[in-house]
Amino acid sequence: MRLQVNTMLALYSVIEFAADPQRHIPAVVIAQKYGVSPHHLAKVLAELAHAGIVESVRGVGGGYRFVGNARRLTLMDVIALFEDFGAASRPRREGAAQTTVDQALDVVLHEIDENARATFSSITLATMLQLVARQQRSKAD
Amino acid sequence: MRRTDLDQVIAIDATVTGHEKRPYWQRVYRRYGVPSAGEVRHFLVAVRARTVVGFLIGEVRDWEFGSPPCGWVFAIDVAPEARQCGTGTLLLAASVAAFRRAGVRKLRTMLSRDNIVILSFFRSQGMMAGPLIPLEMDLAPPAGATPAAAR
Repeated sequence: MRLQVNTMLALYSVIEFAADPQRHIPAVVIAQKYGVSPHHLAKVLAELAHAGIVESVRGVGGGYRFVGNARRLTLMDVIALFEDFGAASRPRREGAAQTTVDQALDVVLHEIDENARATFSSITLATMLQLVARQQRSKAD
Repeated sequence: MRRTDLDQVIAIDATVTGHEKRPYWQRVYRRYGVPSAGEVRHFLVAVRARTVVGFLIGEVRDWEFGSPPCGWVFAIDVAPEARQCGTGTLLLAASVAAFRRAGVRKLRTMLSRDNIVILSFFRSQGMMAGPLIPLEMDLAPPAGATPAAAR
């Protein structure tokens, strides 16, 4: 299971914004922190704004800020905006008929996807921020 | 938990699951609601204004598949109208305190991956996926068994 680049950028961004919902964070700050182009990130942020998760504020001191509900919004909600999760776990062999081996592998991959989906669906932004804080504490110790 | 609380526990479970399972809950009460020498088990209820608004059942399980003793929570629920008030958090904290007193240092639970509400609750309390993998398989009824006999 591997998330697409835009999905990862969206998760990074939403976690950054949700950590301090009152603060307007310029896109360039997040782009620099995660080593991506501001242009690329802008498309991701536009999608998040369209979904009502962040809002953009223009002008001096502008940027984006979190406007979602961190106790309700899950990682899966964000992921679903950018990819059809689990839709293509296994690359299809062009022009080849599905064999029983293909079908058996699909059963295994489906099991993995369903567990991953449950994990992403059960972790809210609020829980994710707790996890981040825990990582920071263990790093500091 | 008192015997007189059981009807309210059954009612909460029936509201949440859509099925009243009175014989099951009576067995659970006899096993977990009554102190038993040598066993660490608890059947906790949260009461607000003399009304039961939530419950939790847990026990210490020893050496399942070689796993050292750990606290297991195998049932928790809060009446829908009493949610988002910290009731589940209080129940779990009381359970954790009991497990700590019993000397265990690991808390586990298992639930359906479709049960996102309870799954999210446990996540919010700091629980993560553990090293155990639940497995299951379908069992065919015995040859010649009728549906009634299979029950």
